[in-house]
Amino acid sequence: MRRRATLFKRLGDSVIEQLLLRGCAIRRGGRLLFEGVDLSLRRGEACALTGPNGSGKTSLLRAVAGLVRLEAGEVAFGDLDSAEARGEGLHFVGHADGLKSSRTAREELAFWTRWGGGTDGAVREAAEALDLVRLLDLEVRRLSAGQRRRLALSRLLAAPRALWLLDEPLSPLDARWREGFGVLMARHLESGGMILAAVHDPLPVAAKSLEIIG
Amino acid sequence: MSRLSALLVRETALAWGRGGGPLVTVGFYAGVATLLPLAIGPEPERLAAIAPGAAWVALALASLLSLDRLFERDYEDGALDLLTLSPTPLELTCFLKCLGQWLATGAPLALAAPIAAIALGAKPDLAPLIFACALLGGLAFAFTGGIGAALSLGARRGGLLTAVIVLPLFVPPVIFGGGALDAFASGLPWSSGLALLGAYAAMSVAIGPLAMAAACRNALS
Amino acid sequence: MNWAPAFLSNPERFMAFSRWAAPMFGVIAAILAAVGLYLGFTAPEDYQQGQTVRIMFIHVPAAYMASFVYVCLGGASFLSLIFRHALADAAAQAAAPLGAGFTLLALVTGALWGRPMWGAFWVWDARLTSVLVLFLLYVAYIALRASMDDEVKAARAGAILALVGAINLPIVHYSVDWWNTLHQGASVFKRGGSSLAPVFLQPLLIMALAYTSAFGSLWLVGIRGEVWRRRAEAAALRAARS
Repeated sequence: MRRRATLFKRLGDSVIEQLLLRGCAIRRGGRLLFEGVDLSLRRGEACALTGPNGSGKTSLLRAVAGLVRLEAGEVAFGDLDSAEARGEGLHFVGHADGLKSSRTAREELAFWTRWGGGTDGAVREAAEALDLVRLLDLEVRRLSAGQRRRLALSRLLAAPRALWLLDEPLSPLDARWREGFGVLMARHLESGGMILAAVHDPLPVAAKSLEIIG
Repeated sequence: MSRLSALLVRETALAWGRGGGPLVTVGFYAGVATLLPLAIGPEPERLAAIAPGAAWVALALASLLSLDRLFERDYEDGALDLLTLSPTPLELTCFLKCLGQWLATGAPLALAAPIAAIALGAKPDLAPLIFACALLGGLAFAFTGGIGAALSLGARRGGLLTAVIVLPLFVPPVIFGGGALDAFASGLPWSSGLALLGAYAAMSVAIGPLAMAAACRNALS
Repeated sequence: MNWAPAFLSNPERFMAFSRWAAPMFGVIAAILAAVGLYLGFTAPEDYQQGQTVRIMFIHVPAAYMASFVYVCLGGASFLSLIFRHALADAAAQAAAPLGAGFTLLALVTGALWGRPMWGAFWVWDARLTSVLVLFLLYVAYIALRASMDDEVKAARAGAILALVGAINLPIVHYSVDWWNTLHQGASVFKRGGSSLAPVFLQPLLIMALAYTSAFGSLWLVGIRGEVWRRRAEAAALRAARS
């Protein structure tokens, strides 16, 4: 457990202090998904994005990550410049897990750790925290859906970043790992992180909630 | 290992593995080079006249083969999303992806090109020039081809569309390289063709990543 | 023409302007074409080419329009890329098939002209080859837009391709010229040029103006159609949701 505790100490100085959404609206394929979405998230806070399928939860997360353009409104990351915040301050775990099936779990985790600015030591710690050590030499194609998701989530730990944007992070996980990831989320919040997650079921940590209505 | 070298290693490894990698590309190249004499006839004079040009065109076609997966896989599996969430500008990321593509397929093709040309009946002293043309041309093909691959993200029939977009853009490098080879074969000064090919390759390396990054951002949005 | 994009960027103003401008350009085109063709067909026979010189009055303006429309496509694409302006994108979308049409016309008339002149329908002459590459580029643009379901993405992808093509076209032109000087034996018959006799030059210029106004008219009609189509689609979407 001591090792896990060290995982969460490393949020550096250039971290996002606050996530602020003001009057956000997104249009997809000529249709206005939603408008007037406001949210303020400070360090140590989590927010569950809820709403029916197709309401735009994923689009909102992608807009925060700078992948989707807002029709109106703005996303601000405290005092941090948004390019810097998106480049170094946040993690995005979407439906697609970004893993190449022909590569081993170790290669993939090592690359994404490197890409996120983490160290080799962090790779091992993250793999231990999500109980992936035995799986690291397998090709990603051999992993089950739950194992793949854990591998994707291990990126969150391997390169510490303040804001986690999670799209249905729990859906392929079994009951044990839902609880296990809940503990990791709680630790992230304790160490001053922020979580914005699109979910259908309640988050396993104390969180505010924001309902997106189409 | 820095972030950028990690990306280059990964991209080269992925391009190496993509659809069989260089083996398939070089195999396709060898196949085209084999079909040509079968279609044209085995007379040495006739073959020798077209050998450099045929080897060169087959090279352009072979470098199209693995292009369509250059961005598509990363786009489908979400890796492209994550590649943008980095202090590395997407333009530089695209540059490294194309460089990896070139290392994994362009360089093996450049090694195969002189062999194919000589097998078709070109003079052996042409080999160094066709190797140089294939290296430079491969760079131009990878970086202009990457534009087509990035633009056809999210389109139906992506692979064929990539070819339709890219082939008109391949006209100048095909002409410059073919011109240099032809001039050399007929004993004329060939350096201007090679220089123009190099200039085109340099320009596509400079401009290609800008267009690719814009196209990727558009596809992700 | 700098004022034109700014003035016409308002869709309402554009629709009001194009309502009368489109038919006006059409009438001008018809009158100019009638005059140009009359002059063209009453001009004396060329001492070298005979009657076939008259194909020039159809062919040369079409070849000129092929490039001119690409300039319009590139300009509209640039505006749509920078300002994300829907009308600029509609203009790019409407220009592409027209440009492809003019380019095809230039290629076909070029082949028909080549048959008596060169004894072959197709000769790898520098200009013809450049026009052929231009045609392939139009085809690529249209194919790219047609194969994307999301119109906003299709618009931006198309605009990027149009600009890449605009950078590439002068290089294509140069490379093809270079290639042609390399293979002097294959052609060469220089057409047009400044040494044209006034009796041919006059109808040629009139025909070029006629083509330009015909394009202006068809372009405006195309943009109007595109605007209507998008409005209808938006209305259908609204109706489906309520």
